[in-house]
Amino acid sequence: MDILVYGTINSVALALMALGFALVYGISRVPNFAHGAIYVLSGFITWTFLRSLGLNYALSILVTLILIGGLGALLYQFVLIRVRGMAISEIIASYAIGLAILEGLRWGGFKGMSYTLPAFVEGSVMIGGIPVDFQRMVVVGLGALIVLSLWFFTHYTRIGLALRGMAQDERAALMLGIDSDLMALVAMAIGAMLAGLAGALLLPLGNIVVESGYNVLILAIAVCIVGGLGSWMGAVMAAFLIGFAQILTVVYLGSHYQMVVALLAIIFTLILKPSGLFGMQKELEERV
Amino acid sequence: MSEQPILEVREVTKTFGGILALNRVSFDVYPGDILGIIGPNGSGKTTLVNCITGFVKMTSGRVRFRSRDISRKPAHRIADMGVTRTFQIMRPYYSLPAYKNLVIPLFSPRAKRTGGWRGGGKLGDRNTVGIDILEEIGFERDSFVPYKMASSLPTGYLKRLELARCLALKPDLILCDEVFSGLSMSEIASMVPLIERLQMDGITLIMIEHRLRELFRVANRVMVLNFGAKLVEGTPEEVMADPSVKEAYFGSEEVEEVMTYA
Amino acid sequence: MTTNEQRRRERLDRGIKVRSDGLYALMSWRELAYLTVPRLVLIVGMLILPLVMPGMYWQRVITIVCIYALLAISFDFLAHYLGLVCLGGAFFVGTGGYIAAILNASLGLPPLVTVPVATLLGAMICTLLLLPCLPLRGVYFAIVTLMYPLVLARIIEALDILGGTDGIMGVDSFANRWVEQYTVIAVVLLFLFGVRRLVNLDLGLVFRAVMDNDQAVRASGMNISFYKAIAVVIAAAMGCLGGACLVHIYMWAGISLFALDFSILPIAATVIGGAGTLVGPVLGCIILVPISELLREFGTLRIVFYSLILVGFVVFRSEGIMVYGERKYHQFQRWVKV
Repeated sequence: MDILVYGTINSVALALMALGFALVYGISRVPNFAHGAIYVLSGFITWTFLRSLGLNYALSILVTLILIGGLGALLYQFVLIRVRGMAISEIIASYAIGLAILEGLRWGGFKGMSYTLPAFVEGSVMIGGIPVDFQRMVVVGLGALIVLSLWFFTHYTRIGLALRGMAQDERAALMLGIDSDLMALVAMAIGAMLAGLAGALLLPLGNIVVESGYNVLILAIAVCIVGGLGSWMGAVMAAFLIGFAQILTVVYLGSHYQMVVALLAIIFTLILKPSGLFGMQKELEERV
Repeated sequence: MSEQPILEVREVTKTFGGILALNRVSFDVYPGDILGIIGPNGSGKTTLVNCITGFVKMTSGRVRFRSRDISRKPAHRIADMGVTRTFQIMRPYYSLPAYKNLVIPLFSPRAKRTGGWRGGGKLGDRNTVGIDILEEIGFERDSFVPYKMASSLPTGYLKRLELARCLALKPDLILCDEVFSGLSMSEIASMVPLIERLQMDGITLIMIEHRLRELFRVANRVMVLNFGAKLVEGTPEEVMADPSVKEAYFGSEEVEEVMTYA
Repeated sequence: MTTNEQRRRERLDRGIKVRSDGLYALMSWRELAYLTVPRLVLIVGMLILPLVMPGMYWQRVITIVCIYALLAISFDFLAHYLGLVCLGGAFFVGTGGYIAAILNASLGLPPLVTVPVATLLGAMICTLLLLPCLPLRGVYFAIVTLMYPLVLARIIEALDILGGTDGIMGVDSFANRWVEQYTVIAVVLLFLFGVRRLVNLDLGLVFRAVMDNDQAVRASGMNISFYKAIAVVIAAAMGCLGGACLVHIYMWAGISLFALDFSILPIAATVIGGAGTLVGPVLGCIILVPISELLREFGTLRIVFYSLILVGFVVFRSEGIMVYGERKYHQFQRWVKV
């Protein structure tokens, strides 16, 4: 029973982490390797607003999200746009920026136990005999809400539809008058905000550590590969798959093996079905 | 001729998402044949070549080469068995000189085994063998042409280079995807004897073409594809006399021209 | 910027370059010198470096430069001759290092044995672990190489195997520091000229073909995953060799072998020094490593430093020092009227 509960929580957490990356890659085919860095950075910015400047919690998060969205847009506009189309350079550039951010934070003294974000709501509740704190319930609830609103956004709003169009076929979208650069910018900003949102929801569950930046990047990529690069439904399914797999290993093997699960998931997917569960990219076949 | 077919294609079907590109295509090719495959644009000719040579996985169907099933084999294994192809959108190694383009196929296991075209079982220095193949295939002897960068060669030479790359493997079967397209009349006129010479060397050819007049000069059998399905198969005369073929092309000038010659 | 007459840049090979093409170089001393002097400068320069640089500190720096140079050459080789971008050079260093350390500390084998064994064994293991992503597009290779050092470091730490966070102690060092230095310098020069030769051999052409036009290579009956694997073995061997030497220099093997430095600095060195030239990365290391050692007191700031340099070069698409240098050496340019 507790496997079910913790599994669900872990899965939703993974889905939250992966969503931003999946969105940006799905729409503009840019793998944003600075994703993990943005996640951690938003946590630190929120912390700064909250503790150092004493702002209201909700306000801190809001301002952080706006700033992070802006950062994502700047990142795209000044760095990624110049290397758009050259997949390798995109990876190197975004990875390098992510590194610069993470290691910069580490150097800036943001390490140690003293950086925490408070939970939204204190207290816990019993579900099926297991104590679950409210923060985790908030994570699941808000997580589901975010996925739903993302679905709604991309299916019913003009910008959302434009983004989906770009995801399916960029040339066709261009011919229909959709400004692909602008859309990629928007996608990047939204992706960054999703990373920030994930940070805001998940970081209160523990400390803000620079290491989690790398972990989040690895997990987000694992989820996206298993689910299929470019498929959002796949990402969600994969999140549940990996999420439960991780909890099962924790229960039966020990909690050290969590990252191993992520790595094995990637390797197995690449060996068995490289395009992932719902992969829309028939990678090597139909290319002649 | 009670020979076994060198290539048996059975019920090959290919769907891309909702599009039916190939619809249960079946035919046989006998050793020494030159089979022409014609059809309007979009009829699935290149897809057929891709499926046979393993570049694209067919949805269903079977292909046998020399009685061995090659339906699910990867492209390089099929090429290693002696089934080679040219590309409709040419893919030479642009940054290399023409003769170096041949060094790469001469590096393959099959070339090592067979010695390449004219190799007689043992492979010598790849650069020399490459130049020999090029000169045999129509690059001027003792000239600078084989040494020129592939990017600076005109289309006629590049088409020959594509064929040369196949020949470096000493193939049994070559699937030519539109080797006559993009060539001037004189270039085509010099290609036809080359095709005939390949046939005399014992190589079986399947040629996808739009240039019907030249094709009918060399092909001994022709197959027509339309919307992914086989329409007609027979000798060039039989195919041209068939009214459904003319309907498929719907008044294409080439058919008119050929009709007046036939 | 349009003026009355439009001009464009024209670049022509220098006369002496044309004259020294191929066998004609033997025609005169001047042409021979044109070709050999730069190479001799490099070789002699590297060989006399340990004699010239004073003190323990600089001796250590030279050895570290050479180890990074091996990694940088392997990165450049994979990235520009095969299109495989390896974002985790630390993977090779860590694998080679740990194997050498285990062979030495547990089995008592001397460095003369552990280094070659770690190189070959490590190269095999690394290639095996990278096999799943070879048939796929380049993105996957980048992702997987990125992950391996990060995940392996965490596994070692979490499971507390192979010495855990303390690492493996008591590894022997080289016979004396001259052996240490000249071994790594010789290795670097060997691999540098070896790989440069390799990319011009027939096998090298196949590698480049795999990068440019893999469908054509497939149509010629060759398995591209196989050739990519060969290249990865070579590159991994270089990295493992570096790692094996490193543990004997530091007399210790630990998780820091998987550190980001080994992944990022070679990339930065390649980009600065000139990608594709194989010499450029070595030059880049000669520049960056001393700076990095100086910055060590600032902690991880040095990684920020390389990352920003990297981004700058990638974004502004600079060609790199050696590419610029080679161009200037071989060609001259002038403005011509259009």
